[in-house]
This record gives sequence, C-alpha cells and structure tokens, in this order.
Amino acid sequence: MPTFTVRVFRGTAKGGDFQDYRVESDEGMVLLDVVHRVQATQANDLAVRWNCKAGKCGSCSAEVNGKPRLMCMTRMNLFQPDETITIAPIRTFPLIRDLVTDVSYNYEKAKQIPPLRLKPPEPDGTYRMMQDDIDRAQEFHKCIECFLCQTVCHVVRDHEENKKAFAGPRYFIKIAGLEMHPLDTLNRTPFYRDAAGVGLCNITKCCTEVCPEHIHITDNGIIPLKERMADEVDPIVWLLRKFRGGRKEPA
Amino acid sequence: MIREILKDQRGHVRGAVARAPIAAPHLRKDAWWALPLTVVIVLGSFVVYSTWAALQNAHYYAAPYLSPLYSPCLSASCLHPTFGGGLPDIQLPIIGILSPAFLILWGPGLFRLSCYYYRKAYYRSFWLAPVACAVPDARSKYTGETRFPLILQAFHRYTWYVAVLFIVFLTWDSILAFRFPVPGGGHTFGIGIGTFVLWINVILLAWYTFSCHACRHVCGGHVDVFSKAQTRYKLWHAITRINETHPMSAWVSLLWVGFTDIYIRLVSMGVISDLRII
Ligand code: SF4
Ligand code: SF4
Ligand code: FES
Ligand code: FES
Repeated sequence: MPTFTVRVFRGTAKGGDFQDYRVESDEGMVLLDVVHRVQATQANDLAVRWNCKAGKCGSCSAEVNGKPRLMCMTRMNLFQPDETITIAPIRTFPLIRDLVTDVSYNYEKAKQIPPLRLKPPEPDGTYRMMQDDIDRAQEFHKCIECFLCQTVCHVVRDHEENKKAFAGPRYFIKIAGLEMHPLDTLNRTPFYRDAAGVGLCNITKCCTEVCPEHIHITDNGIIPLKERMADEVDPIVWLLRKFRGGRKEPA
Repeated sequence: MIREILKDQRGHVRGAVARAPIAAPHLRKDAWWALPLTVVIVLGSFVVYSTWAALQNAHYYAAPYLSPLYSPCLSASCLHPTFGGGLPDIQLPIIGILSPAFLILWGPGLFRLSCYYYRKAYYRSFWLAPVACAVPDARSKYTGETRFPLILQAFHRYTWYVAVLFIVFLTWDSILAFRFPVPGGGHTFGIGIGTFVLWINVILLAWYTFSCHACRHVCGGHVDVFSKAQTRYKLWHAITRINETHPMSAWVSLLWVGFTDIYIRLVSMGVISDLRII
C-alpha cells in the first residue's frame, strides 16, 4: 500500500504552519479519506469540514498542491507514491482553524442579489416554460456552493479591497440565470454592473478551471452578462429586440 | 472550544489579516509557467512578424494571390488594388510612404485585441493578472475592465461587425485566386497551391469570426425567451457548438494568416514557385 506524506496547514489566523504526517492510503481512497485517517490516528484535533464525501455538498474545499479542489473528489492515484501532498485551507477567506474557513462573504453577496420577480400567471393561474427556455439557467443550478471559484478568483484573492464591490463568479452565474429566466421581469444590469462588479472580472477563466461541476462559468455566465451590458450601446441588438422581440418585458 | 472558534471567527471577518498565515505566495508544484510562456513566444513572434511584413510594402502580391495582411488593398499604388482608383499615398516622416497594410490592419487587429479569448491569453501571459490560477497577480493595484482604457473592451461587438466585412473581402480574394493571368494578356481559370492556401485561410478566419462570443450573443444570446424566437434560438445553438472551439480557432487562424503571408511573399520574391495544379 502506498505511503504518502501529507503536509497539512495547522493553526489559526494568529499563527500556524504546515505539519507533515506520514500516512498509508488504501486502494480507491480519496484525499479526504487520508485526511480523516490522519485525524483518527495522529491529529485528533485536526479541523476539517466535510459532509457528503460525494462531491455534492461543497464542504471539503481546500487547496491541494496549490490548486483549489474538493478533497473528496481527489483520488489518491492522482499522486505519485511517496509524494508530499500539500493541503492548505482556501486562502481567500478568513481562517477559523486548520482547514476550516469562514465563508460568510459569500452569503452576504448572495443576499444582495435581487431575486426572481415573476410575471403574472397565465389566465388559468399557472406558469409554463419550455425546456429550451430554461436549459441555460439549469446549467447554473448544478452549483454546489463549494466556493472554489470564489477562492481562486484573483479579483478578491489578490485584492482584498475589491471584496466590497465584487460578487464573484458563483454569483455571476446566479445573476445570469435570473437574467435569462423566461418568467422573470427584472432588469439587473445596473446591479451587476455597479454593485456586483462584473467589470472587475478580466475573464481569465480560473473559476471555470476549478469548478467541480464543470459549469462554463465564464463562457455561459460572465461573458453573456458583459455582452448584455454592451447591448445598451448597440443599435443592431436594439432593433432586433424592438422588432423581433424575445427579450423580457419589464413589469 | 466552541466559544474560542466563534471568538476567532468574529475577529476574522474584518480583513486581510485574518486569512491563513501562509508565507508562500502560492503552493503550486506543476509547470504553471509553461503555458503563459508559450503564449508570449507564439503571440509575440506573430506580432513582430506581422508588423515587419506590414512595413515592407512589397512582395504581398503574387498574381493572383493577395496577402491577407494587405487585403483589402485600398491605396492607388497597391500592387493589386481591391477597388479601382484607390486612396492617395500618405507620406509620413521617417517611415516614408505608409504601407497600405496599415490602412486596414486596425480592423482585424482591434478585433483580436478585444477578443474575449485573446484577452484571457494576454492578461495572463503579458499582464500577469494572474499568470496562472492561484498564483498571485504581479501588481498590487487592480481595477479589471472598469476604467479607461480597458473599459473599451466592451466595444468588442463593433469590431466583430467590422471583422465580418473582412471575411467578405477575403472570400473575394480567394475567388480571384482561381483567376490566373495569361502571358499574352487576359485571364484563365486555374488552381494553384496558393489557391488552397487562400481558401484555407478564409475558412479558418470565418471559423474564428463566427465562433466569437459577441457573434453568439448578437445572433441569439440576447434573447431571454428562446421559445418565442426560434430562428435566433437555432442560430445560437449552432454558434454555441463552434464557440466551444473558439480558442483553437484563434490560434490556428492566426498562424495560418502568418503562413499565407510568408507563402505569397516567397512566391513573389521568386524563392519558391507556386505549383499549378490546373
Ligand atoms: S474569469 Fe473573472 S470571475 Fe472567473 S476567476 Fe477570472 S476574474 Fe474571477
Ligand atoms: S460555480 Fe462551481 S466552483 Fe463555483 S461554487 Fe458553484 S460548484 Fe463551486
Ligand atoms: S464532502 Fe461534500 S463535496 Fe466533499
Ligand atoms: S473574437 Fe474572440 S470572442 Fe469575439
């Protein structure tokens, strides 16, 4: 059975460092199993957040060899036997302890998004949507809120001061889903331009690279938002919409 | 224990000091620098070559082939004016007569400069913001695309409208690439290797142009309720497919433009001769 050295960050914001643990990995194990083995056998007080072990709850985010990823979806056969594997907490958010961070920035940003404002129901009192209309938004609903995209985004990762006016990729796809929603009536352009700061994104696509749900965050979410901003100064799209319709009616 | 964590947490939400105290700027072990370095070399070489070629004002036409770097050729003194007549030469200090390439290269130049894919490529490789994911930005100040001049990237849409015109001109050049001069005067239908080079060039450029994100948006992405706009929905669907290959098209078409110019240049200089198939 291969033995690895896992180098885990231990400590709080006030101080801490990486500590090495030698640990055996069995056939089929994932990195989270290995961390749990360390916790069970060598460091009982190691703080690590997890829940589903199936890549669906978004709790076990960490930075493995410098790359943000889900520990439960990181198979050990990805590594060379005897390799030293570095595990750090996600670095953009305040540290609580060891591998556990305070991600409340994200919940604050979520609260600011103007929610769906439904158009009036049809005469029979129901709503109908075609699958074609909802496909785009459904891709974004795969999000498991692991915040890997939020931690890798250099806009806030490297520039703390931008946190005030930047919602981050996870919320850009949320906004894009609402904007493309066939039953919605609200125009959020001023919101995502000014308060959510979509202009700060320079489409360098790290969010897309790390998303465990393989959501095309940049191509299908952020770029369409940037294009929608550009629509306001484009006479051709204005004419298309005026005479061919297809854009939602303001309530 | 719980109490201590909550206390810690309350203290931590305030600012940067509360992040994990990890000294290393990044912890990546892979060759994250390889891709940006490749982009610098390839893109840099293309920019240097095309600027040199545009300054030459010579060897851009080898009948019946016109180099894409000089098309449409708008000056009256062009080796192969696209329209009859043409603009008078512009005399500049030091440089001398302005090469007709500069009259048009701003079109494809601005199109590529503001392309979403090239933006990603050069923001990473040249600006180092960020050079690779989870590797820190080189500069401490960062305002993204919210200020002048980068806010102008929002006008990529307009450069796309112009780029579509270029596809029309380059298609015309490719049609003319079937029309070979006959020694005693007049023209005859023919096909040479250069004909293929030019057709491949325009097809690759059309792939790049019509897989553009702005194209995807203008042709259908702006619609909120697709079921009410079936034509635009189908168009959007088709463009979405090729849009996924946009980065590939950006590189392949760029390299082929360079190759096409070199091919025509060498034929025109007599270094190689164009093989006539028909
Ligand atoms: S593409 Fe934009 S939102 Fe995504 S990581 Fe890069 S800067 Fe952040
Ligand atoms: S968009 Fe992807 S990376 Fe971002 S929070 Fe959702 S699942 Fe995680
Ligand atoms: S434990 Fe749920 S995503 Fe990893
Ligand atoms: S040309 Fe690349 S996005 Fe428009």
